Amino acid sequence: MTEYNFAYLDEQTKRMIRRAILKGVAVPGYQVPFASREMPMPYGWGTGGVQVTAACLTPDDTLKVIDQGADDTTNAVSIRKFFEKTAGVAVTERTAEATIIQTRHRIPETLMRGDQILVVQVPIPEPLRFLEPSEVETRKMHSLEEYGLMHVKLYEDIARHGEIATAYAYPVKVEDRYVMDPSPIPKFDNPKLESAALQLFGAGREQRIYAVPPHTKVVSLDFDDHPFDPSKAPHPCALCGAEGSYLDEVITDDKGGRMFVCSDTDFCADRRREGEAA
Amino acid sequence: MIAVQDLVKTFTLHNQGATVIPVIEGASFQVAPGECVALTGESGAGKSTVMRILYGNYLAQGGSVRIGEVDIVGAEPRAILELRRHVLGYVSQFLRVVPRVPTLDVVAEPLLTIGWSDAKAHDRARALLTRLRIPERLWSLSPTTFSGGEQQRVNIARGFAHRYPALLLDEPTASLDATNRETVLTLIEEAKAGGAAIVGIFHDLEARSRVADREVDVSRFTPRAA
Amino acid sequence: MTPLLDVQALTKRYGGRIGCADVAFTLYPGEVLGIVGESGSGKSTLLSCLAGHIAPDAGQVMFHTRVEGPRDVLRMSEPERRMLGRTDWAFVHQNPRDGLRMRISAGGNVGERLMAVGARHYGEIRAQALDWLDRVEIAGERIDDRPAAFSGGMQQRLQIARNLVTGPRLIFMDEPTGGLDVSVQARLLDLLRRLVRQMGLSAIVVTHDLAVVRLLADRLMVMKDGHVIETGLTDQVLDDPQAPYTQLLVSSVLQV
Repeated sequence: MTEYNFAYLDEQTKRMIRRAILKGVAVPGYQVPFASREMPMPYGWGTGGVQVTAACLTPDDTLKVIDQGADDTTNAVSIRKFFEKTAGVAVTERTAEATIIQTRHRIPETLMRGDQILVVQVPIPEPLRFLEPSEVETRKMHSLEEYGLMHVKLYEDIARHGEIATAYAYPVKVEDRYVMDPSPIPKFDNPKLESAALQLFGAGREQRIYAVPPHTKVVSLDFDDHPFDPSKAPHPCALCGAEGSYLDEVITDDKGGRMFVCSDTDFCADRRREGEAA
Repeated sequence: MIAVQDLVKTFTLHNQGATVIPVIEGASFQVAPGECVALTGESGAGKSTVMRILYGNYLAQGGSVRIGEVDIVGAEPRAILELRRHVLGYVSQFLRVVPRVPTLDVVAEPLLTIGWSDAKAHDRARALLTRLRIPERLWSLSPTTFSGGEQQRVNIARGFAHRYPALLLDEPTASLDATNRETVLTLIEEAKAGGAAIVGIFHDLEARSRVADREVDVSRFTPRAA
Repeated sequence: MTPLLDVQALTKRYGGRIGCADVAFTLYPGEVLGIVGESGSGKSTLLSCLAGHIAPDAGQVMFHTRVEGPRDVLRMSEPERRMLGRTDWAFVHQNPRDGLRMRISAGGNVGERLMAVGARHYGEIRAQALDWLDRVEIAGERIDDRPAAFSGGMQQRLQIARNLVTGPRLIFMDEPTGGLDVSVQARLLDLLRRLVRQMGLSAIVVTHDLAVVRLLADRLMVMKDGHVIETGLTDQVLDDPQAPYTQLLVSSVLQV
């Protein structure tokens, strides 16, 4: 047998996932349970995101896959190849050219458009998990909008570090209702959650899908006297000179040499191409 | 101020074949404001029982005990508590307090309960403890570690902290030396002068004759064996 | 004066077994009610029913709410009841581990209820937490320590601070001094008495320890086999018990 069904999953499964996605869109930030399938890759490799992508893909789509901003890491490469093989869709590394972008731990620097979908891989969807281990209780807290505990976590941060030290997976409140874990994206990316594009979040092992529809209000939690601060390392990119992009620290030798470069490789490459052209 | 009418008290010992022991029958007496009445009678005649009924500590089976406006017999616990806070004081022979609480706070507590400020209540507590010769170095300690005489004086200070219109005294001068005894008798006289109606048990005959205006012999109320 | 709590005909069965049956009482502002009985007497079941932890089969529990006056707690929606549990009510568990978040600092434990009702100013939350640690005699420098590093008595005091920070009017206590050394118990009792007086709190204390209720409770309710068999002033019930069972209970303990 060499033929896969389009995008690997059978149609029934994709329909089931689409229903979960629609419910997620209808209730922004709410974690919709779904019957996550076994995928031909281990949990933690983006099985949730892959299933959401599979359910959204059409033959005309152009897919981009990034892992921590880069298109060329093992995880991104293998997922891209997976869909090339099972769906035969076009792939790209350019944010602007993609119609669906599956990502892990980053939101692209280039602002996304209304005709694009961002699919985010999520390891642990429950923002209250750290504080309340009982799933029964956390679901109740969501349904009754009891979110004081979320601020306890931020309080602990300030008490211990003098500031809100949570630098990634920074909790947000969606459309004044549900508190949501935006997945381990850097808090620098939080403002981009208010986007023109549809953002879908898939957690395979935890069997949850949630969504932030286009132009939805997304507020990062904070204290009046410790407001949310999306700042990042105060350096420009060593390669493209960008001042406002999220940076990775790269160790260049074993003598402590290091440099800061854009984490979004496509964004950085684009700027360098433009720089050369100018 | 205090009016006892046809008081009846029996004890039913359910765990000893429901034996019924009659203790008081038809007790009646009154105490006017500013008056001190001493309960007399032999040991076992029921003096302490009468005192305890007056305080609401024992339940009477019949009759009435009016303290001011309230009939203790059959009153709601809440009404009795209110009475005890504001109207009815009781100096028992034994000090019963939370361990570890400093003596000064033990004495001030009845005042704090009725809304005195910390400062005022502690001032009054200090004054009383000084009068009763409790050395100042002991004020910050719990009275549970004190000698019997010291405990008794702390108990008296606590009982006299608030100027109750009705006061019950159970052997207030027992185990006190002459000087402290004199102080306590003066306190009682002051309370009387202040209009308090006092019922007391005094085995100390000299003390009794000095402060008591009348005596009520409790043996009169002891039921005759059938 | 309106009662803070008015309980009528409260009954809870576990299958054919009675948890508590036909319990009725009123509690007024500032009153401390002790509930005593041996294990299995239904006192803990009653407390759980009152606090909304388990649903009774019958009866009503009217609580005088700040805004709407008397409301039957049993007929409130769950969000309303949980809100009450975070604001006007407090519950002190016998085991502080059941009432504290062991992985959260002392300050976070105290601040949680404030944040739950909308406090969003870190500095003010921390100032209130410090104030409350001081009131329960925990040194301010321990504010960032986790309760696991505290002694049993300190944990219990922290639990009390955490419960009282929102200024509740009714506090439920389940064997609050159980499992503590006698000297630590005394300190806790003193603290509770002081807080009850200062805050005008009403309290319902379940315990099997008659010495504890004598020092803490204004009134007493004696339970046996799910039924209330005697009520009255605490010292009256202990010194002149009327019911056969109460006489047995009082005579079986060492002099208190």
